[in-house]
Amino acid sequence: MRYLLLIYGQETEEAPPDDVAAASHAAYATFTADIKARGLFQAGEALTPTSTATTVRVVDGETIATDGPFAETKEALGGFYLIEARDLDEAIETAAKIPAAQEGSIEVRPIWELPTDYAMAASGEASAGG
Amino acid sequence: MSVRSEDPHAVVDRLFRQEQGRAVATLIRVLGDFDLAEEAVQDAFITALETWPTRGVPDNPGAWITTTARNRAIDRLRRRRVLAEKAELLGRQALIEEELAAIDPDAALDGADSMSPIVDDRLRLIFTCCHPALAMDARVALTLRTLGGLSTPEIARAFLVPEATLAQRLVRAKRKIRDAGIPYRVPDAHALPERLDGVLRVLYLVLNEGYGASTGDRLIRRELSAEAIRLARVLGSLMPDEPEVLGLLALMVLHDARRETRTGPRGELVLLEDQDRSQWDRARIDEGQSLLERAMRMRRVGPYQLQAAIASLHDEAPTSDATDWAQIAALYRILCEIQPSPVVELNRAVAVAMADGPAAGLVLVDRIAAGGQLDDYPYLHSTRADLLRRLGRRAEAADAYRAALELTANEPERAFLAGRLTRIGAN
Repeated sequence: MRYLLLIYGQETEEAPPDDVAAASHAAYATFTADIKARGLFQAGEALTPTSTATTVRVVDGETIATDGPFAETKEALGGFYLIEARDLDEAIETAAKIPAAQEGSIEVRPIWELPTDYAMAASGEASAGG
Repeated sequence: MSVRSEDPHAVVDRLFRQEQGRAVATLIRVLGDFDLAEEAVQDAFITALETWPTRGVPDNPGAWITTTARNRAIDRLRRRRVLAEKAELLGRQALIEEELAAIDPDAALDGADSMSPIVDDRLRLIFTCCHPALAMDARVALTLRTLGGLSTPEIARAFLVPEATLAQRLVRAKRKIRDAGIPYRVPDAHALPERLDGVLRVLYLVLNEGYGASTGDRLIRRELSAEAIRLARVLGSLMPDEPEVLGLLALMVLHDARRETRTGPRGELVLLEDQDRSQWDRARIDEGQSLLERAMRMRRVGPYQLQAAIASLHDEAPTSDATDWAQIAALYRILCEIQPSPVVELNRAVAVAMADGPAAGLVLVDRIAAGGQLDDYPYLHSTRADLLRRLGRRAEAADAYRAALELTANEPERAFLAGRLTRIGAN
């Protein structure tokens, strides 16, 4: 099964000291290399702070963009990994090894695997409508 | 002695308690689908009710149930197969059918002792049902429903929640197991200890349900307690170096030794102090005590070992008065330290009352009552009532008995409390 591991943590105003940043980079490099070696890794990215986020919704046909993340929370989404794991136990075990799990939280969300023709039907409909 | 002489309905009823968990567990392993497995097993029991009264009960009714449930599952799958169009689905189903056909009902029915823990489907199932990704109330409900064979209304009564709420809880739990990929397997060695705690807690609650039965008219649910003990035995054979598993098993066995004397001829509750101790099962007590000794030798004390030690002191006392209450109070004090809980405090207060008199106990009980956490706990009020009665404070005792009655649904317990209340008034 595929799982999205969402990394939540406290955002800091200032950039961390160089040695702290270097240690964090090294920890993530080790973790990423490990899950690649185990064949779990599918994708993973770090996100820029929520101060750069824009939330978009459409109200009565009008696109409304507002500054900031969907929800202001103490712990913000800072990055993610997409992994292929045997089951929830392996996903939880992997999530626990993400460096941010020490101070923040990792949300484990199973990917809803839709049938391939479902996606194709949706895109076909869109082109027919356009 | 043949089972053929028994009433087929009685056999089905007994078998449902004993075997449905086993059959469901085996089918879930193969099908990976709780609902399909439960439906197939239910079908099998319905077929048994229809055919056994005329054709007679088969020689090995448990194996018959597993075989019939397997065949029903194959039928249901084939019906689905007609609808399935995808080649991959067909391939998966063919595989499942092959595995279903390979189930050996006799192997599935062997006792726990002869069975390697790896192949005990119920052990796999219990780790699934007790998975930490499920809410605690869902874990207990699911274990009781799938492994214990309790009905949804029975579990609802045990939890004091509406049936619809409990049914919804079960549906959600099964959906999460399927959609989140909660595995159907015994955890890897490194994760086993932390996962064990939750399993023990669930088994403990199953045992309590077996004794404190919520159905009212039947105080003792023999099958349920037997089920808790059986599962604890399987766990014990899987984890022979875990003192708390042995501790819990010892606790269960030591309580079970007193089973026959807990109720009178009309099903009424008999208090520990009034039980006929000559009727206690000596063999069970010996077994429980040797299990406890084995656990204690590992020198890692825990809540279940402490409770087993307390049960053991009760079991070996010739009378209630001759019980080593001071020792029991001391054990409860340690238990409060490692597992703080107002219920444990209440038990300690009872032991203190026995060791040092009702006044000393009442001081502790009133302190617990002031905490407010046990306002809705009937035993707080019945304990208070009993201590007040022994101190001759009849009006206050009567009030406390009434408060306990209001919170008690269990019929034998209600009868007991009402009897006490009448006697106070009559005096």
